[in-house]
Amino acid sequence: MRDVAIVSFAQSNAESDVRSEVEILQPVAAEAIKRSGLDRVDIEFTCSGSSDWLQGQPFAFVMALDAVGSWPPIKESHVEQDGAWALYEAWVKIQTGEVESALVYSFGKTSPGDIALIQAIQLDPYCVTPLWPDLDSVSGIQARACLEAGVATERQMAEVASRSLRDAIDNPHAVRKGDYSVDELLEKPFRVSPLRDYDCPANSDGATVMVIAAGDRVSKLCERPVWIRGFDHRIDPPALGVRDLTRIPSAGLCAEKVGARSDKLDFAEVTAPYSHQEIILRKEMGLGDDLPVNLSGGSLAAHTLMSCGLNRIGDAAMRIAAGKGDRALAHAAQGPCLQQNLAVVLEGE
Amino acid sequence: MSIEELVKNTEPMRGPHVIEYPFRRSCGPVLSRFFTGLREGKLVGIRSVTSGVLVPPAEYDPQTAAALDEFVDVGPGGEVVSYAWVSKPRASQPLQHPFAFALVKLDGADTGLLHAVDVGGDEAKMSVGMRVAPRWAAERKGEIRDIEAFVPEAEAHPAPPVMATEDKPVGSVLTPIRLEYDFTAGKEQSVFLHGLAEKRILGAKRPGDDLVYVPPRGADPRTAEPTSEIVEVSDKGTVVTYSIVRVPSENIKLDLPYVCINVLLDGSDLPFFHVMQKCELGDVRIGMRVQAQWLPDDQLKPSVESIEYFAPIDEPDVPFEQIKEYC
Repeated sequence: MRDVAIVSFAQSNAESDVRSEVEILQPVAAEAIKRSGLDRVDIEFTCSGSSDWLQGQPFAFVMALDAVGSWPPIKESHVEQDGAWALYEAWVKIQTGEVESALVYSFGKTSPGDIALIQAIQLDPYCVTPLWPDLDSVSGIQARACLEAGVATERQMAEVASRSLRDAIDNPHAVRKGDYSVDELLEKPFRVSPLRDYDCPANSDGATVMVIAAGDRVSKLCERPVWIRGFDHRIDPPALGVRDLTRIPSAGLCAEKVGARSDKLDFAEVTAPYSHQEIILRKEMGLGDDLPVNLSGGSLAAHTLMSCGLNRIGDAAMRIAAGKGDRALAHAAQGPCLQQNLAVVLEGE
Repeated sequence: MSIEELVKNTEPMRGPHVIEYPFRRSCGPVLSRFFTGLREGKLVGIRSVTSGVLVPPAEYDPQTAAALDEFVDVGPGGEVVSYAWVSKPRASQPLQHPFAFALVKLDGADTGLLHAVDVGGDEAKMSVGMRVAPRWAAERKGEIRDIEAFVPEAEAHPAPPVMATEDKPVGSVLTPIRLEYDFTAGKEQSVFLHGLAEKRILGAKRPGDDLVYVPPRGADPRTAEPTSEIVEVSDKGTVVTYSIVRVPSENIKLDLPYVCINVLLDGSDLPFFHVMQKCELGDVRIGMRVQAQWLPDDQLKPSVESIEYFAPIDEPDVPFEQIKEYC
């Protein structure tokens, strides 16, 4: 296994961004490339994650290449996934020995449409999508299953939100933040019972860019490299009725494969767009109650679809690079009720 | 208005954008059985290896991927396993008054079927474990919406018989997709579009560089730097490539056949796509000179439709050598 480090990271999140995808991505890419210490043309592989359906802009993923530069012709790939999966592909590419460095980016816009409803098209097109269950409703079904099974309580969900929104106060990239007591949150009306607004993701528009490089190059590029020590992704069955929605076995398996359970962690950044999902993930991934989770505020503070998982990884890496911890678990998820999960263990030098 | 003023005064444009298409999906033998059952007012599942009886039936076992073929009649009654209360239904959802989306475990099944539950808008009547049964649509086509919604079991009626217009098994289902967006054109594209409303074609370039992109792209693909300097280019140009269209397309109002051109406008370095008229098909050629034909001034708008078409002009052809990079 080759040692690979995250050498730079940049992101932008806004509640609603009227710029084009290229205009949103370009400054973020420029910032990440500058911080990497590499020349743009020396980065050997480019991989991105996005989904044109979110904003209804056909071929946004092709046009976005302008923002990272594609001349002379570059080695490039795209996944219709969160950028965390693009990072995985780039990491594998470096593992093969074909390249030494990679630029990973992702972007998403949630503001142009009814994003919870648009996400109904990721469901079974025969028996489920024709009913148009919006993602808030689908997640609400999961939340109630957790409440009924005693996996979570409404108070615990509000505690997750209260803590996340408070932690987000210091995060310049958070679009929803503030100091709200648990009791105050529990008095808010339901959006889709049993979910209140604060239990649902703070949907946002933005872009994320990360540069990674193999061991030999890294020491010249950063003061405190953040190494990728384990990387895994897994998926659960697609049919919602087949799954026990109070469990996410694929997240547990990822965490086990990257060695997150057995080793000491200083903190974790997880993708939990709905508050009850953090409670399930803590249990499945073996994250103790004392372990700080989502000091960034997570998806309850900013949820740029297709970027949020890569943001969790980048936020964790930047925290380690700044000396605020040595070892962290970062997690990304896709699909309804966290069907697909990815985990990475990061370690500072 | 000067270009500087135009750039300064341009707010990014927004407008409605709808993606709509009917998708007909062939359903294969297993789902065919399920949908044919729905048309007849019956519910059918399939016995799996590891997860009991699955409803809707699946072709393969969710854990072992073994092929499944033992169909089992289930329901029509069942119980709510979990639900979410939809207080503000969307137009595309099954009910237009408040209702629940729920997983319903039908009698004889081991997995939940996702559907709507109608309790007349009264959330207090919903509970996990409550007994429900389908309210069948009077006209059934062999699709999931043949069940309008599940209702409390006491209110349910047997499925009304189908007026049999079709007795063959269901072979496919139609999934209509309609997605609505409030689309934004971005900053530079909005400047370009507003320029068209003033009968001007605006491009952009990287400050300090010579290459001009029309329409502006936000970034220079060679350097990834912003194309922040807006410049005006001519509405005259040279055809660098073309194709002759002989098949109709829903959104094009031109008579067939017509000519699509890539035109390199004078002062621009990126060919621009439009259509050409007022030209015999046999005369179209690479290198010919053309000019934009604009709508009357009072009809100009921030849209490429402000240019009706390009037409040939009486200027000598540009030699291929000078434009080959763009062809």
